[in-house]
Amino acid sequence: MTDVVRVFRRSSAALFGLGLVAVVAVLAMLAPWLAPRDPDAIDTARRLAPILTAGYPLGTDEFGRDLLSRLLYGARISLVVGLTATALAALAGSLCGLLAGFVGRWVDQLIMRSIDTLMAFPYFLLAVAIIAVLGPGLVNGMVAVAVVNIPFYGRIVRATVLAVKQTEYVESARALGVSELRLALTHVLRNCLSPVIVAVTLNIGGMITALAGLSFLGLGVQPPTSDWGSMLAASRQYLNVAPHVAALPGIAIFLTVLGFNLLGDGLRDALDPRLR
Amino acid sequence: MAAVGGGGLPAYALRRLLLAIPVLFGVSVLVFAVLHLAPGDPAAIMLGAQATKEDVERLHRDLGLDQPLVVQYLRWMGHVVQGDLGRSIPLGRAVLPEVLLRFKATLVLTAGALAIALVLGLAAGIISAVKQYSWLDRLSMGVAVTGVSLPVFWTGIMLIIVFALQLRWFPSSGMSSPYGGSGVADVLWHLVLPAMTLGTASAAALARLTRSSVLEIIRQDYVRSARAKGLAERAVIARHVLKNAINPIITVLGVQVGFLLGGAILTETVFSWPGLGSMMVRAIQARDYPLVQGGVLLIATTFVVVNLAVDLLYAIFDPRIRYD
Repeated sequence: MTDVVRVFRRSSAALFGLGLVAVVAVLAMLAPWLAPRDPDAIDTARRLAPILTAGYPLGTDEFGRDLLSRLLYGARISLVVGLTATALAALAGSLCGLLAGFVGRWVDQLIMRSIDTLMAFPYFLLAVAIIAVLGPGLVNGMVAVAVVNIPFYGRIVRATVLAVKQTEYVESARALGVSELRLALTHVLRNCLSPVIVAVTLNIGGMITALAGLSFLGLGVQPPTSDWGSMLAASRQYLNVAPHVAALPGIAIFLTVLGFNLLGDGLRDALDPRLR
Repeated sequence: MAAVGGGGLPAYALRRLLLAIPVLFGVSVLVFAVLHLAPGDPAAIMLGAQATKEDVERLHRDLGLDQPLVVQYLRWMGHVVQGDLGRSIPLGRAVLPEVLLRFKATLVLTAGALAIALVLGLAAGIISAVKQYSWLDRLSMGVAVTGVSLPVFWTGIMLIIVFALQLRWFPSSGMSSPYGGSGVADVLWHLVLPAMTLGTASAAALARLTRSSVLEIIRQDYVRSARAKGLAERAVIARHVLKNAINPIITVLGVQVGFLLGGAILTETVFSWPGLGSMMVRAIQARDYPLVQGGVLLIATTFVVVNLAVDLLYAIFDPRIRYD
């Protein structure tokens, strides 16, 4: 464990990523105290106010709503939705991979062929197709993006399970009469933990982008909720007069995703002994 | 990669083709489900609130919704293989010609983006690996991790603000000029910003992969031997390193095309590019299920074919695959 921390701390990019994620998380948690105004309060006298307008540090949107407050509340939506969708995908995918790898035979065939089918769709298209079935909305968007990512975890966990099953200590545990279920839950699952942790960190950024993309298309979070993707969508009408309304939510998405990506890269390098 | 036994390339190609059949079957079932898993009566949803009860019943019958699901699927599949993807109710037209027309625009955009991704990604990745730890390496990998983290829809909007609205170098939307311009040059001029938008993220991913792939080969013994025998560095890289580093890059090409086809949905919406993606977003909002099904089916089938082609290409480049 100390090795992992040492390798991670040596990477300035990984530390920067961790810092970015921490800052976004703190801002999101403290949003109700930090936001200067109610994010949904409309002020028609101050529509599309520029940055550094008195009382509105980052200006206002097309309804005169305070952009800083909306960005802060948007961070909560992005993080909660992104983390929940990732957790759903990781749980469902790991379960599929564990079953496929451990039970084998027709269960493996069935799960892997279903995963092949899911992977036959371009990533984002499948999410959009699922929304077509379920209907637009925040929860449906999370479910759609989670389903799309199930193959990612399923394959990682299945491969790890197959490798661990071959090891001598699992063989000897089995010879000692340890039940299959207990084997799966202790030895096998424990070995899957570190690849899944790396996968989760590398995946959260993509999840946040995909969910913001769905909201941008009007298929995810619905207005008037302050959400970065839908803020961007609305800003497109005013690019000529108020480009900052479009620039700010994008910068917020970018910094958050960059943070998670750098953190994920750093964790992968630290947890993968082959890279040391 | 599947083990294939003996038989060389033709046998491998045949086996790989047969493996695509269950996947295509799964795709067709999922696309079929788009209409039938939607909550409520699809006929009532498609006709909207103003429809009379008789209209709904007629469409219900026309769509065969009174039949068992298996019968419905077989009937639908029978129509699909004959090129009949149904009719779009809001548009009042057959789905197939509509999706084919828009598919062309999506292909133009995807091809443009792929070209940009390959040129930028390979160049940056090779330079980074060859000059490992130099400022060039740090710069291109910094740009790459930035590129991977940029949401395409935002990159597109920023490019529009700078290059279309401020500098007025390129048009901000559409695929051709409204008056007169319809030649190849006009399309290319409209293509620059959308293809840049979509291609950058992919270029970034390719650059990172190319770098690690080249670095792995550069450390091999035979590369050291090639250098030791006095071969010029340029020849070592071109003849010994790149030729072997290309294989992992080919395998991710399929994934990248999938990324581009999916990202095209967002890019087309940003640039009002008349492709399948922007059509599908509108179709979902209008609950035009046949049009959504047609679009999803066409893109997914294309993706399966692309992956098949990538696997064959891989087998051609690396003969070991065929005999594994």
